[in-house]
Amino acid sequence: MSLETTGDLPDLSELIACPNCDALHLERDVAPGDTAYCVRCHAVLEAPRKTAMTRIIMLALAALILMVAAIFFPFLELEAAGRMHRSSLLDTIMAFSNGLTAPLTLAMVALIVVLPSIRFIALIYVLAPMAAGYPPARHAEWAFRIADHLRPWAMAEVFIVGVAVALVKVAGMAHIFIGPAFWAFVALVIVTVLKDNFMSRLTLWKTLERRRAS
Amino acid sequence: MEDTGTTPGVLTAKAAGLVGCVQCGRVNPAGTTTCGRCGSQVSTRDETSLQRVWAWLFAGLVVYIPANIYPMLRTQILGQESNSTIYGGVVDLLHHGSYGVAAIVFIASIIIPVSKFIAIAYLALSINHRVKLSAHTRHKLYEVVEFIGRWSMIDVFVVAILSSLVQLDFAASINPGIAAVSFALSVSFTMLSAESFDARLIWDADGDDDHNG
Ligand SMILES: [Zn+2]
Ligand SMILES: [Zn+2]
Repeated sequence: MSLETTGDLPDLSELIACPNCDALHLERDVAPGDTAYCVRCHAVLEAPRKTAMTRIIMLALAALILMVAAIFFPFLELEAAGRMHRSSLLDTIMAFSNGLTAPLTLAMVALIVVLPSIRFIALIYVLAPMAAGYPPARHAEWAFRIADHLRPWAMAEVFIVGVAVALVKVAGMAHIFIGPAFWAFVALVIVTVLKDNFMSRLTLWKTLERRRAS
Repeated sequence: MEDTGTTPGVLTAKAAGLVGCVQCGRVNPAGTTTCGRCGSQVSTRDETSLQRVWAWLFAGLVVYIPANIYPMLRTQILGQESNSTIYGGVVDLLHHGSYGVAAIVFIASIIIPVSKFIAIAYLALSINHRVKLSAHTRHKLYEVVEFIGRWSMIDVFVVAILSSLVQLDFAASINPGIAAVSFALSVSFTMLSAESFDARLIWDADGDDDHNG
């Protein structure tokens, strides 16, 4: 429900401003499974889902474990002219580690491993205490803001498409063997996408505030 | 509500003299700078938004030029070195008959960055100038720009994977070229440019627009 004049303004805690277009809406409890849209720009305002918190925590945990597997198992193997070359995810990241391209190494580590991992850890830190019935952890608001800011910079899924393109490029000159780490990483991407689909930012913020107050 | 510059019938936090949070949707009292729910920095409208959008966009454009001129990949096969630029890489893929992959690289490295530059500049200009597209369409455009920007990074990852995989000493080796750095920077700068944009500005200019409702 939107408002039309300043005359009927209720208490501020009963209002929501659409993050996309600033339109004011009366806060109402959205039933789990329902989705509330902005009347003006039609962006999703709230989409509470039953057991969303538990699901996000489980998926974030799964993603962390997969990340560890992806780093340490062999990622890709290449055979050409009777020679084998094995490459792990770390090798891939370190490919930029010499010469002028060295700064890219840091960026790669960040985009593929560090930032996605920080996001998973931050989400678990914010949601796990609440899901277990405890009040939110200290600095939970800060951690949740970090997780949200990092979202566009965690590029695991972009990396996987990059791998696919690279495989096609070398397919003609060598035999490629796909290692277990590759599949771990693919699973990680799927889990990440699922997790982000369960997240309704406004709903989680409201829950956080309510639990903090009680 | 025409005088406050909002869509007829919808009151905005700004028009009501309040401060909405773009992070968590909370409505804060006038003059608030830190959101009471999530602790983000809040303002009625981010006044420096457009300046930052243009600054990052310009930076992204500047580093996009060397990204296209210098080699992205340095390939050594049996002692012979050849360099390929972004565009050269697409042409090579076409020669090998990999049309699908050539299309992916061409779209990710050339079409997306160029259209992103144009789209962001258009959105920024549309705030202070009257444009044809409605606020709804421009809002969609902004969402697309935000979503798609990171996918330009594909080619940088391809270079990294090839460089780590193809290291067979004399027989064949692939190393990254300097364009990989400037291209990665260009993608990052345009992402920052899009992030700096206060999307609410799109709707403010939308006063007596008739094609939305
Ligand atoms: Zn809206
Ligand atoms: Zn807030």
